[in-house]
Amino acid sequence: MSVEALALKLPVEVRWHGRGGQGVVTASRLLAEAALKEGLFPQSLPDFGAERSGAPLMAYTRVGREHPQERGHVLEPQVVVVLDSTLLGRVKILEGLIQGGILVVNTSASCEALVDRLQLRDLLVCTVDATGIAMKLLGRNIPNSPVLGAFLRVVPIVPLGVMEETIKERLGLRMGAKVVQANLEALHQGYQRAQVRGVAWN
Amino acid sequence: MARQVRAGSVRIQARGNAVALSGGEAVAYAMRQIDPDVVAVYPITPQTVIVEAFSESVAEGKVGTEMIHVESEHAALSACIGAAAAGARAHTATSGPGLALMWEVLGVASGMRLPIVMHLCTRALSAPINIMCDHSDAMAMRDLGWVMLFGENPQEAYDQALIVQRVAEHRDVLLPSVNVIDGFTVTHSVEGVEVLPDEVVASFVGTYSPLYSLLDPQRRVTFGALDPNEYYYEHKRQQIEAMKNALPVVAATLQEFGELTGRHYNLVEEYRTEDAEVVLVVMGSTAGTVRIAVDNLREDGVRAGVVRVRCFRPFPAEEVAQALRRAKLVGVLDRSLSLGAPGSSLYLEVMAALSQRMLSPYLVNVVHGLGGRNTPVRIIKEAFSQLRLMGLEEQRREPILYLGVRE
Repeated sequence: MSVEALALKLPVEVRWHGRGGQGVVTASRLLAEAALKEGLFPQSLPDFGAERSGAPLMAYTRVGREHPQERGHVLEPQVVVVLDSTLLGRVKILEGLIQGGILVVNTSASCEALVDRLQLRDLLVCTVDATGIAMKLLGRNIPNSPVLGAFLRVVPIVPLGVMEETIKERLGLRMGAKVVQANLEALHQGYQRAQVRGVAWN
Repeated sequence: MARQVRAGSVRIQARGNAVALSGGEAVAYAMRQIDPDVVAVYPITPQTVIVEAFSESVAEGKVGTEMIHVESEHAALSACIGAAAAGARAHTATSGPGLALMWEVLGVASGMRLPIVMHLCTRALSAPINIMCDHSDAMAMRDLGWVMLFGENPQEAYDQALIVQRVAEHRDVLLPSVNVIDGFTVTHSVEGVEVLPDEVVASFVGTYSPLYSLLDPQRRVTFGALDPNEYYYEHKRQQIEAMKNALPVVAATLQEFGELTGRHYNLVEEYRTEDAEVVLVVMGSTAGTVRIAVDNLREDGVRAGVVRVRCFRPFPAEEVAQALRRAKLVGVLDRSLSLGAPGSSLYLEVMAALSQRMLSPYLVNVVHGLGGRNTPVRIIKEAFSQLRLMGLEEQRREPILYLGVRE
């Protein structure tokens, strides 16, 4: 789906939850960089201070058609993305998520199980076993690429191909061709294996 | 691809050469293009992002800079002072407690009239320990003779890095200058930044030829000599003139930059003030949030406006007063405290600017965002509504409003 088809959905505000070391900030940044390639106006802001690996942290992405004016935390996101299922029930992942919003979670559980567990209502829910994909392809629990794939299934503000290019460029700065290739494969698997369910209000 | 966008308070044409950069990376990008002779730094959050990115340019041989990793911020600025006195173009970058440790030498740099450039990523001062944004650090250097420009977003972090270079080295100024950008909110925020081609930057900042150099045996000079009661005051008097001169130089440099890039900045930038009754004055990254609040309030029929101060030193008193001359209610947003004072720094300066011109709108100090406290649109709208209530009912009036704090 092209961005034009989603004209009414921009600007979109996303809040990312995860732990230090899982690529939360990188995921938010990759989305911003891909959006910039599409001629959109992104902003990606990490929300962490002195935290280190393993500590819960957040990041925010805003994507619109004009230069972003607001700076600071996203308080009422249309989309919440959770990269670590151990955060469910520990941090307020649903806080401020708008009615009719989108929740993307890295979990091996099904959409239905997640909906039951969190008593979700009036949302589009997307689950993906990003950790499983990452462990198989990357050998480490860095689930951001498959999560981005799942994200683009339900929030197609940039084409998958543009995200591929962005991953090649950004990860290519620091990592070898094999790791980049594994991340591209992980992105695709995340996209393909994402489960999506709409949950009505009642 | 040409498109209309808004950078800061100004609508501009973006020409599709935007790069995704954080505010800190944008500064490092500008530094690579400026290619200073010496960069002396000591890492401190959130400034570190600048040094990390610039170090890569040094390691890759993209600049001729001598980068000095010193043992403290006091040493970082001292090394810049030595380099600048020798005639080099010198940069440093710091934040919060790092700037506090530089304090002794901040006045040495300006008193010796050395056009050093600093990139300040604002951070709260301890205690309690806090690494997030507020302006306590910047306000603590306000009396020490540095030209200070406050940016709003990564684009302005880049643009101002180039602009302060020109201002500092202008022969009528010769004062150290600081590009102030909000820690994390701008330094770590990635946005599309329109960068200039390297050769355009090279021509804009020009080649630096120092008026005096310690290393010129043909023209022997003394820097930083003992200057007792016979002449100290006269030398300070000259610094006053230099700072006065800086105001038109900043204005002219902003104008020239606007003609070059299409990004038009001013000492003071007004938004929807033409008929505004209630106005907030703001510096730094909160400005965009205030503009959104104003747009929302205008839809409800409230005549609200924003006056954003970009140039804090020298303080553009005339321009600020002009911008506020029609307002009945004015709130001045300060992101720092001046403990025990009748208000924080920006508030007192706005008050002085108005008072010197016999203007007397109802003026309230609005303290916000200390230690990185988030300031969303909702909180700014609350400030506007409290200000309007104070305007209506005298018994509600307070000189200082502490916004977004749990009492």
